[in-house]
Amino acid sequence: MEGSNMPENITLTVSRYRPEEESEPTFQTYDVPYNKDWVILDALNYIKDRLDGSLTFRWSCRMGVCGSCGMMVNGTPKLTCAVPLSDYVSSGQIRIEPLQFFPVVRDLVIDMSSFLGKLSSVKPWIIRDDEKPPSEGEYLQTPAELDVYKQFSMCINCMLCYSACPVVGLEPEFTGPAVIALAQRYNLDSRDQGAAERMAVLNEHEGMWGCTFVGECTKVCPKNVDPAGAIQLYKMASATDWFKSMLLPWGSK
Amino acid sequence: MPFWWWLQNRAYFNFIVRELTCVFVGVFAVLTLLQIRALADGPDAYTEFVSRLRTPGFILFNTVGLAALLLHGVTWFKAVPTTMIIRFGETRVPNQVIAGLHYVGWIAVSAVIAWILVLR
Repeated sequence: MEGSNMPENITLTVSRYRPEEESEPTFQTYDVPYNKDWVILDALNYIKDRLDGSLTFRWSCRMGVCGSCGMMVNGTPKLTCAVPLSDYVSSGQIRIEPLQFFPVVRDLVIDMSSFLGKLSSVKPWIIRDDEKPPSEGEYLQTPAELDVYKQFSMCINCMLCYSACPVVGLEPEFTGPAVIALAQRYNLDSRDQGAAERMAVLNEHEGMWGCTFVGECTKVCPKNVDPAGAIQLYKMASATDWFKSMLLPWGSK
Repeated sequence: MPFWWWLQNRAYFNFIVRELTCVFVGVFAVLTLLQIRALADGPDAYTEFVSRLRTPGFILFNTVGLAALLLHGVTWFKAVPTTMIIRFGETRVPNQVIAGLHYVGWIAVSAVIAWILVLR
């Protein structure tokens, strides 16, 4: 139906790691039917359902919202539910590996506990000096105020940006792109008063100053969050604060 | 991470090139300072300094250095719009405008320097 140049099958080379059997990850190949409407995740689910039930990977929503199915596809971090098989049919090669720079638990499943620790360290919630009781109603915000941070709030914690960032690989303590972008999301929120608390965590070498502005985090982000931009804006704010506190007699306020 | 991690893909390689070309910015700054020192030391010292700059080695170095500087400048201006979000009321100034203004500034400063050095 699609013409003779469409293959019937396509081969996936998948990283396997079964800690009870092997000390290092190995590769296993699977032939799956080529279906132009499939994404990579559909092919993996075909393997799981029909070929090899032992293949382990995370997935949930299938629509780029939950952020569970991030993997390396031919060496690039991708949400596998958002990448059509047809993108790779011409190269004929699809290599699936777990997200790099994370410890592997099994097959394509990574251990994300370091990320979760970093995430909670920047207090990604609205911090108030004066909490008002719920009976007094919401903290109001204009559409313009929402617009200032909305882009950074689109993060789904898929960790593709961590796998794209060589600094994360070189310095595992680096707070990393998504967490700094999320800190910035709350700093820029007109209802929030916690910027100084977060600055204490992020104004460290392992915080924003670890970033060398490679920019790959922004390129791989499936939600256009632009973590690289968030970090550079944060650096500008911190540097401006420092100059004010050094040069102006009344300090940074 | 292996030492050669930056050869893993083109994006990492481009990043390292952008960062390493800044060495030439530093070297040019030091050369300019040395030139000013030679000027302060008197006409003989300055003439000697300038004639040394005209040797093939320095001309080659300056050619390579200029290419590296231009590459550094272009990649830098490409990165700048990410670091600057400027708003007029509710509209955000487009990235191309911010980058474009940087290029205009670059050309203007270069033109002033060229005028001082050559055309005056």
